[in-house]
Amino acid sequence: MARALISVPAKAARGEIITIKALISHHMETGFRHSTTGELIARDIITSFVCRYNGEEIFRADLFPATAANPFIAFYTRATESGTIVFEWTGDNGFSATEQAAISVE
Amino acid sequence: MSGRDLPSVTRRRILKAAAALTAGSGALRTVRPARSTPATMQAAIRTVVGENQINKGKVTLDIPPLVENGSTVACSVAVDSPMTPSDYVTAIHIFNEKNPQPNVIGVHLGPRAGRARFSTRIRLADTQRVIAIAQLSDGSFWSDSVDVVVTLGACLEDS
Repeated sequence: MARALISVPAKAARGEIITIKALISHHMETGFRHSTTGELIARDIITSFVCRYNGEEIFRADLFPATAANPFIAFYTRATESGTIVFEWTGDNGFSATEQAAISVE
Repeated sequence: MSGRDLPSVTRRRILKAAAALTAGSGALRTVRPARSTPATMQAAIRTVVGENQINKGKVTLDIPPLVENGSTVACSVAVDSPMTPSDYVTAIHIFNEKNPQPNVIGVHLGPRAGRARFSTRIRLADTQRVIAIAQLSDGSFWSDSVDVVVTLGACLEDS
């Protein structure tokens, strides 16, 4: 299981714009590099990142080999109600990881 | 066309052609995997944008103009948009000219994002131009581009 770090404020005022940061450990092998013996190293990247706020998709990213290793994405959303924010990464070779954070909105 | 107009086949010409061929194939062997060129970047942009016109403005691509290490380049894109249900940004894409692939990242957002802005870290294989294109809810496309000088490229090094 890949290690993921996420940053979501624990508390927010209703309607406030909050910053969300997500980072996951992944080498993001591009598929364009060669090993020391000259063979092409197969591509192994995360291809998709989705963030859902109480089930509603609020942010989605399509990743390519040009995304740096340990993909980091920071974005914004409006805090509407208390609940959970779920992060999901999927990629090559059946890679899948999820992480979640709780937020309380007053 | 008379035979006189055709270049005569001489030993010198044949040798020259043969030398050119071997030199060419030698270069092909050492050439790196297919890299995206401005033409393939344009093609990649067209698959996203279609036939729509791309306007300059509204988008701010924030990326350092001089990068020492291309394997991690922090960059962020901000779009000037009120982000209301009737006027918001639906997607932001980043493209490059000289990485092996023209696409860098594509993000999709909606009116409830509040702020049309995101940050990430990307790889740059070479000194090149990076372009960010935003799609608005009214179907228009806006872009910004930055020329980035990369001292040590990413992607192709075996480190």
